Amino acid sequence: MDWVNAILQGTLLGGLYALFAAGLSLIFGVMRLVNIAHGDLIVLAAYLGLTASTALGLHPLVALVLVVPAMFAIGYVLQRGILNRTMGDDILPPLLVTFGLSIIIQNGLLTVYTADPQKLQAGNLETASLSAGGLTVGVLPLIVFITAVAIIGALQWMFYHTALGRAFRATSDRQDIAQLMGLNRAHVFGLAMGLSLAVTAVAGIFLGIRTSFDPAVGGSRLIFGFEAVIIGGLGNLWGTLAGGIVLGVSQALGGQIHPSLQILSGHIVFLVILAVRPRGLFPKMEG
Amino acid sequence: MPEPILKIEGLDAHYRDFQALYGVSAQVDQGEVVAIIGANGAGKTTLMRSVAGLLKNRPEAIRWKGQAIGRLRADQVAALGIALVPEGRLLFPSLSVEENLIIGGQIGRKGPWSLDTVYRLFPILKERRNQQSTSLSGGQQQMVAIGRALMSNPELILMDEISLGLAPVIIRQIYEALPGIVGEGMAAVIVEQDIAKALSVTSRVYCLQEGRVALQGLSATLSREEISRAYFGM
Repeated sequence: MDWVNAILQGTLLGGLYALFAAGLSLIFGVMRLVNIAHGDLIVLAAYLGLTASTALGLHPLVALVLVVPAMFAIGYVLQRGILNRTMGDDILPPLLVTFGLSIIIQNGLLTVYTADPQKLQAGNLETASLSAGGLTVGVLPLIVFITAVAIIGALQWMFYHTALGRAFRATSDRQDIAQLMGLNRAHVFGLAMGLSLAVTAVAGIFLGIRTSFDPAVGGSRLIFGFEAVIIGGLGNLWGTLAGGIVLGVSQALGGQIHPSLQILSGHIVFLVILAVRPRGLFPKMEG
Repeated sequence: MPEPILKIEGLDAHYRDFQALYGVSAQVDQGEVVAIIGANGAGKTTLMRSVAGLLKNRPEAIRWKGQAIGRLRADQVAALGIALVPEGRLLFPSLSVEENLIIGGQIGRKGPWSLDTVYRLFPILKERRNQQSTSLSGGQQQMVAIGRALMSNPELILMDEISLGLAPVIIRQIYEALPGIVGEGMAAVIVEQDIAKALSVTSRVYCLQEGRVALQGLSATLSREEISRAYFGM
């Protein structure tokens, strides 16, 4: 039963990893941009949630109403103001610029919020649980998982059934020809980054409710996000969800063997999958 | 004499350090069909890409109804009513046939062209509308590329090598559709390797040679000798 429980908990944890990864997957799919600052933007969202909940007395989940649009705006301005200038045939400039951005965000957060660990207070939600047939499931992890599935489902639907999704796919296929169709690439990229960071906002709030955070924890969130994207297959959103679950279950099973193996086993499974299937488990973008 | 809708004057176009066009001047009147011919590397595609806004130029080098557009982005040029059918078709592989057409029309210009009228022009596309655009034959893909450009209801359509790599029977089929396209009062510039074909469907012709206009005249009256001299530079 312990093993079944580990798989269950790992699956739910995978939902959080999928949320970390969905924004990365989205912007890579649309504009082949690898955002090194993604983890720090998740932490930034958590701090924005902290400010909203302490200053205005909002429940962290209610604070999403403010943090999601704020992160969308940050993403759009960031893309149009800075990142679009780095985009081109060479993938190195955006990598370097987002790496620099990562350092700036970390130090900015240190200055404003200090290095003290913080946590978002969600009241009873943090400890509430459901029991059935000998298994116990936390309500919060369940909400996180359901939210992840819903967000990825919504993104997938947006990609294949809306004008915005069509614009994303067309721009991803051929940037210059998409421009001929009246799509301004700079604007389309801005929207993609805005959407990516809107998802990041949800990930950041859930992260802050689940565990304590400080300005330096972004890096490992970035790694988990990357691993989920790569395991699932680049540019495939359902694959990203699957990748998050594979990673979460691997960690939970490793932790079941010995608590110290938890993080390591996730990385090992990632490396094995990368070695055996370098393009991930579900590499093709399909509707 | 009416003012031409498109007027190109002294256009020098560059790809990085390489200069592809030298002082090219040309014009297109409303509803006119013009051919651009010339050997490979003469600058035909560069000229098309410059007009469509994919290459940045001196603003005044290209004028659309008097407005200097040489420096506008491609999406801004498209909104003015200039559409390009690019060489090699360049459909969006992630989009179905119908989505390729829809995205061509999303600029929202009013006019006679819609999914219905494009499907009437090329009925085969209606049967294939939910297929991946890259699963079509070359000729059908070319029809999608033309339909995609028409969907924006342009006043000027630029067709770059629409018969390239297609079987003669397909080329004939596509050219048979041409009167139905320009009959709507649309002007067209056709870049074509097949000189006889180009002359038969156009009223005027420009021949480019090494980035310069080597010859221009009425398609009906230019002699073969004049054209081959301009074409090959002999």
